[in-house]
Amino acid sequence: MDSVRSDTAPVPQALKILVAGGFGAGKTTLVGAVSEIAPLRTEEVLTTAGVGTDDTTGVATKTTTTVAMDFGRITINPSLVLYLFGTPGQNRFWFLWDELATGALGAVVLADTRRLADSFAAIDYFEQRNTPFVIAVNCFDNDQRYTAEQVREALDVDGHVPVLLTDARDRMSVKNVLITLVEHVLTMVRSSVPA
Amino acid sequence: MSTDPLDGVEEGPAWWDHEAGPVVRPYMVTGGRVRPTTVDFDLITYLVATATLAADTPSPEHQAILALTQEPRAVAEVASRVDLPLGVVRVLLCDLLSDGLISRYDPPATDHLPNVETLQAVIHGLRAL
Repeated sequence: MDSVRSDTAPVPQALKILVAGGFGAGKTTLVGAVSEIAPLRTEEVLTTAGVGTDDTTGVATKTTTTVAMDFGRITINPSLVLYLFGTPGQNRFWFLWDELATGALGAVVLADTRRLADSFAAIDYFEQRNTPFVIAVNCFDNDQRYTAEQVREALDVDGHVPVLLTDARDRMSVKNVLITLVEHVLTMVRSSVPA
Repeated sequence: MSTDPLDGVEEGPAWWDHEAGPVVRPYMVTGGRVRPTTVDFDLITYLVATATLAADTPSPEHQAILALTQEPRAVAEVASRVDLPLGVVRVLLCDLLSDGLISRYDPPATDHLPNVETLQAVIHGLRAL
């Protein structure tokens, strides 16, 4: 391999946005729609001691689980890179969410109107952490059965939280979701700064 | 070229597949260590190799990370491209860091949202996509 490395390669500032939602809501599809690279997958291997077993042999009580997180990348400019991380869908991996949410710019909660209840956990989580978020309602196959306002009511989110309809496959639509999120963050930052 | 540790990763007969699970248990490559010894690495901490492959680079996995980080790359990308679990990669990164073979560039302090200028730059960049 080339033994010369350019010492002038700038190291960009990295920002991350989380994409949360239930299993099958379209998180990886959404990431792929705007990412400049095909979504990559990173995995964490968890080994947990069996709970509630009284096996005294001590060999059969461990289980290994692989949790996958898909992510994509958008280079904003040479000094600023945005990473989009799909959060693990299962609620039992909350501790991985903590790691993901630390330092995150904000989050997109991708809601599936066929399974709206799947979004509750993510909404609660970001509300409690004060992580800015928007709700993007994924309209599968133009199946626009509800308006954004109906979804807002059903999810019972604060009036200041943007709720918008989206098509997770469509680049322009997803772009619009991300812009809405960052504008939402900007509003929060501005209102928190004393005039 | 032939010394690139990533060469051949996707070649050769596939006598095993992912369904069968890893041939080598993931934490074998860390010598059984499961925690980074000194520092932790955020998923978006950037890494840059400060050296090219050294003759005494500990393992093919360490070498693969060094090869990848000849240009700046985030931890999540490195883990994904060397196809090792994050926890394993974090231990290996600790080794490389303590050997002075990589530099780390952390994202801005947590629990602070980016400043107005940064946010505006992001919005501008997204609009231009």
